[in-house]
Amino acid sequence: MEKFTTLTAIAAPLPLANVDTDKIIPARFLKTIRRSGLGVHLFDTLRYDEHGAERPDFVLNRAPYRRAQILIAHENFGCGSSREHAPWALLDFGIRAVIAPDFADIFYNNCFKNGILPIRLPREVCDALMEDVSPGDNARLTIDLARQVVVRPNGEEVAFEIDPFRKHLLQNGLDDIGQTMAHAGAIDAFEQNRAAAQPWLPKIALT
Amino acid sequence: MSGPRTLFDKIWDAHVVEQLPDGTCLLYIDRHLVHEVTSPQAFEGLRATGRRVRRPEATIAVADHNIPTSDRRRGIAEPESRLQVETLEQNVAAFGVPYFPVLDERQGIVHIIGPEQGISLPGMTIVCGDSHTSTHGALGALAFGIGTSEVEHVLATQTLLQKRAKNMRIEVAGRAPAGTSAKDIILAIIGEIGTAGGTGHVIEFTGEAIRALDMAGRMTVCNMAIEAGARAGLIAPDETTFDWIKGRPYAPQGADFTAAVSYWRSLAADPGATYDKTVRLDAAAIAPMVSWGTSPERVAPITGAVPDPAAEPDPAKRAEMQRMLTYMGLQPGQKLAEIPVDVVFIGSCTNGRIEDIRAAAAIARGRHVAAGVRALVVPGSGLVKKQAEAEGLDRVLVEAGFEWREPGCSMCLGMNPDQLTPGQRAASTSNRNFEGRQGPGGRTHLVSPAMAAAAAIAGRLADAREFM
Ligand code: SF4
Repeated sequence: MEKFTTLTAIAAPLPLANVDTDKIIPARFLKTIRRSGLGVHLFDTLRYDEHGAERPDFVLNRAPYRRAQILIAHENFGCGSSREHAPWALLDFGIRAVIAPDFADIFYNNCFKNGILPIRLPREVCDALMEDVSPGDNARLTIDLARQVVVRPNGEEVAFEIDPFRKHLLQNGLDDIGQTMAHAGAIDAFEQNRAAAQPWLPKIALT
Repeated sequence: MSGPRTLFDKIWDAHVVEQLPDGTCLLYIDRHLVHEVTSPQAFEGLRATGRRVRRPEATIAVADHNIPTSDRRRGIAEPESRLQVETLEQNVAAFGVPYFPVLDERQGIVHIIGPEQGISLPGMTIVCGDSHTSTHGALGALAFGIGTSEVEHVLATQTLLQKRAKNMRIEVAGRAPAGTSAKDIILAIIGEIGTAGGTGHVIEFTGEAIRALDMAGRMTVCNMAIEAGARAGLIAPDETTFDWIKGRPYAPQGADFTAAVSYWRSLAADPGATYDKTVRLDAAAIAPMVSWGTSPERVAPITGAVPDPAAEPDPAKRAEMQRMLTYMGLQPGQKLAEIPVDVVFIGSCTNGRIEDIRAAAAIARGRHVAAGVRALVVPGSGLVKKQAEAEGLDRVLVEAGFEWREPGCSMCLGMNPDQLTPGQRAASTSNRNFEGRQGPGGRTHLVSPAMAAAAAIAGRLADAREFM
């Protein structure tokens, strides 16, 4: 997983609430057995018409947002299914951070597993940031994870909250399976205690 | 934790392996359900790091999302779908994971077969790379959906790193009126609290109307807890639960079952346990519901009309409603019971159980699907299909003009050939009416099985009570 430290990049405004995972990546593109290659289908129905041609008014089809690495949206971003294809599609397109008033739980979790930083900021702040990045070529924001701030084009800093453990993993690009493996002894002990306390707990063995 | 605890608190506390300094918990997972769409990259990750599956005997795999629901002895025609199923088969063989093959009668939608086989039990932690894992909460298990990285994490460690969710209680007081079902109750709840109403919470459903539901109905309610934004849905296990579990193939048997029941009885919330949020609904006020928009919170009673965005004061919400009506091809003020439908889909992990098929067949019996309407019934598992056929329900439905299919997710998400075409309108017993969910440009109205069958007969959205 790629580390996340600081990012200065073009930010694309997507002023929609309840952007569900079917909008981010429709189910018909989930038939892959790989993680990469989904970027072309990101926001497929918003981005392309029924003949597959780009919709010129969709933000990611406009310069400079084609090169956006930050996305700003409204409430409940990523609601719907658990598909990790949603963050994979964002990442494959180049998005490293999403800013919104709030996120659906599973999507929020999935972002961290893929080196994407989801940032919760109040609706008014999201609207102000969208305003900041609407002029086009200057549409850049800086995100400094160590200091937990988003820097606006006028230099003003907006602070955000993030869980310290997740921050640590993201800053260092750490895989959390490796972290958990370090607790293997505790997991063994837990399993032994469970087996003793609840001997009736069945095992799945195929017949 | 000390003091009175909720059902969620008790299950959580019983599964904490370790608590990290910042409050994140290493949570032990009792059951892991695996399917073809969200697992290939997880197994690939295990291979790349040389890790094994820690507890294959706590894991069960099945293919459900993109398998065909017509005759499948000839295999899967669509090459990408075939590759996903073949990849799953190679992975379960290589890692020693129990698997119900596509032609096995126990095959079916992952959330139907877990409870059906007694694999999902009260008090357990259950995960699956699928958001509707909340279904299993109906048994009194803490069950939630995870992403593929977490699937890999559970395969490798049998644990997950989790932050404790908050407690929310939704009490549905009184009795639901005749002609309404569990689906109407949960749609009414989501209409009330919204699709983000449960975010960050585990919802425990309580109250007389919930207690009165059979297990199928309870699963329908918990299934859609995720549509209310919740991490999971829960219903405390009771006699209805224990009777239903008894004798299922993978449930404890004999003396083990008795021991298990006495533990399960201890799971109910302690008197005085507190919830971070409580919502109360009056069951008597619930009518058969139908969704009119492209979010499950956009629902109304079938006796109502399409709302007028002009009456919405919040400009962002007004614009959203306007966009929904355009997508759905509806006019403000249009009577819901006058909206014609092209397709009817009865199935999914929300409503693909035997009780759902009985409800649909009861409406279909002696009637016929309206001209021009395509109506599909897709049982949730091979065993549901077998049971329905033993009861003669397949014949009732086929004689009424419904298609009787093989089990799977089917048109719930349209990954297999069962899809809506652009502009087609469906009455569907599934759980999501997002744009394009059932096929690009398709328009979905979420309803109960009885309402779906009534729509098929009437050729329009219809009040199922008029057909009972
Ligand atoms: S039936 Fe639908 S909601 Fe349920 S698991 Fe399948 S695709 Fe998901």
